[in-house]
Amino acid sequence: MKTLTLSKLLASAAMCAVALSGAATAQPHPDAELIIEGELQLKVRSEPAAHMDGAVPEIYSGWLFRADETRALQMDDFENPAMLGVEDGEAMWNTAEGAAGQSCADCHGDAAESMKGVRAAMPKVNADGVLWSTEDYINNCRTERMEADALKWNSGPLNNMVAYISVQSRGMPVAVQIDGEAEPYWERGKEMYYTRYGQLELSCASCHEENYGMNIRADHLSQGQINGFPTYRLKQAKLISTHNRFRGCIRDTRAESFPMGSDEFRALELYVASRGLGLDVEGVAVRN
Amino acid sequence: MSEVKPRIRLPRSATAGKAAEIKTLVSHVMETGLRKDADGNTIPRKIINRFTCEYGGDMVIDMELEGAVSANPYVEFDIMVGDATEVVFTWYEDGGNVYTETKELSVG
Amino acid sequence: MITRRETMALGLGAATVTLLPISVSAAADDAIAAYTGGASVTEGDVMITAPEIAENGNTVPISVEAPGAAEIAIYADGNPTPGVAVFKFGPAAGSHRASTRIRLGGTQDVFAVAKMPDGSFQQAAVEVKVTIGGCGG
Repeated sequence: MKTLTLSKLLASAAMCAVALSGAATAQPHPDAELIIEGELQLKVRSEPAAHMDGAVPEIYSGWLFRADETRALQMDDFENPAMLGVEDGEAMWNTAEGAAGQSCADCHGDAAESMKGVRAAMPKVNADGVLWSTEDYINNCRTERMEADALKWNSGPLNNMVAYISVQSRGMPVAVQIDGEAEPYWERGKEMYYTRYGQLELSCASCHEENYGMNIRADHLSQGQINGFPTYRLKQAKLISTHNRFRGCIRDTRAESFPMGSDEFRALELYVASRGLGLDVEGVAVRN
Repeated sequence: MSEVKPRIRLPRSATAGKAAEIKTLVSHVMETGLRKDADGNTIPRKIINRFTCEYGGDMVIDMELEGAVSANPYVEFDIMVGDATEVVFTWYEDGGNVYTETKELSVG
Repeated sequence: MITRRETMALGLGAATVTLLPISVSAAADDAIAAYTGGASVTEGDVMITAPEIAENGNTVPISVEAPGAAEIAIYADGNPTPGVAVFKFGPAAGSHRASTRIRLGGTQDVFAVAKMPDGSFQQAAVEVKVTIGGCGG
């Protein structure tokens, strides 16, 4: 931060130049710690999971790649604009909708108890052996039990509900299952991660494994972790879903992207989530 | 975040005769009137154009907002704590809608 | 005004020149004049604090403070419309400061103009560099 009056502007020009060159470093912050409300410390650095097989020396939360002001927003639940969505999600949780006259709370009670740890294990293979994201579980409840309409992927109401559920796992370690029934999905997601897409022929790995800590134009490349989703993105000034960010990334390679809520993105979500094993769930995060 | 919903953070405890920090955040898209929709039509301006905070009947801050204030407007300021406890917050939206929230300040 | 020769004498890269706030845009000038009623504006005890580099122009935190001021107005001289906000402090204000988050359309100067109780005006400015993101930003 800098503070100056007009008269000091010229005198500070040299300092500006120094500060600019300092900002060109896009490396993760070396020692910042993410502590929410001065109480809840989230793990933002970790040894990589065994399956990473040495691909990166250390795992970093995307929070570490952001500017001081953006990082500060996530440390205070009042200043974090994503909490507006969480509050809306909480209201939805307690509101009956659909022909059955049921609310989420009617079956699941207090989300602080019943949803604790749920987000940490997502996406997860369901009872029928199919990989589902948090959004799928919510919409299944809506259509099958509440007899309400499914919510549109990445819509405000669905993101708010995912955010409310996610916050119940905040501070818990990412705990996705990648073996057993999940393994074929995970393998498919891994293959996607290393597949080059689009006219620019970029894979996820091109940016987020091989070049994290570098600048892409003026932006800083993170490791592309998804433990902070749904995320309040300053660019969009609203909560966005994991699949929305995936779609944006693939679009930016100048490729025809997969749709949000596609099987491809569910598989990719599982694999990318597993690259964050060792980090804590941050959702709801704030990113640029 | 579709409707206008205020969030207010008062200090946990306030001492008469001392300044205390208040933070407010209200959910609002702050549509500038400068954007166009997919069909090329200008999206009409709809913003929170004024925000006030009154304490014990006196004005604390009266803010005029333009479209350059970010979505979900955040305002932080200080109140001079006295004997009164009632703090009234009001947001004025283009089109005439007014949203008011009253909070009790615990003066100790 | 600073010349290229002077810039190089200072040991700065030429690129820095374009980042220096050399003049206020006409629109911002007009907006400030409308606010002050054409009264002269002096530099004074006005503080404006903002990030040197904003990661995204959609949400830039900014704080203004001017001890004793009746009002503080904020202008962004590179925005399509320069007016941002005016804070009027009432009798129950605990200080003459306020913070908010603003939209900046690009790298530009942000001005705080304080109206003092005697009707005089004082101002300060800060330059905020807004980065163009790599990913659709």
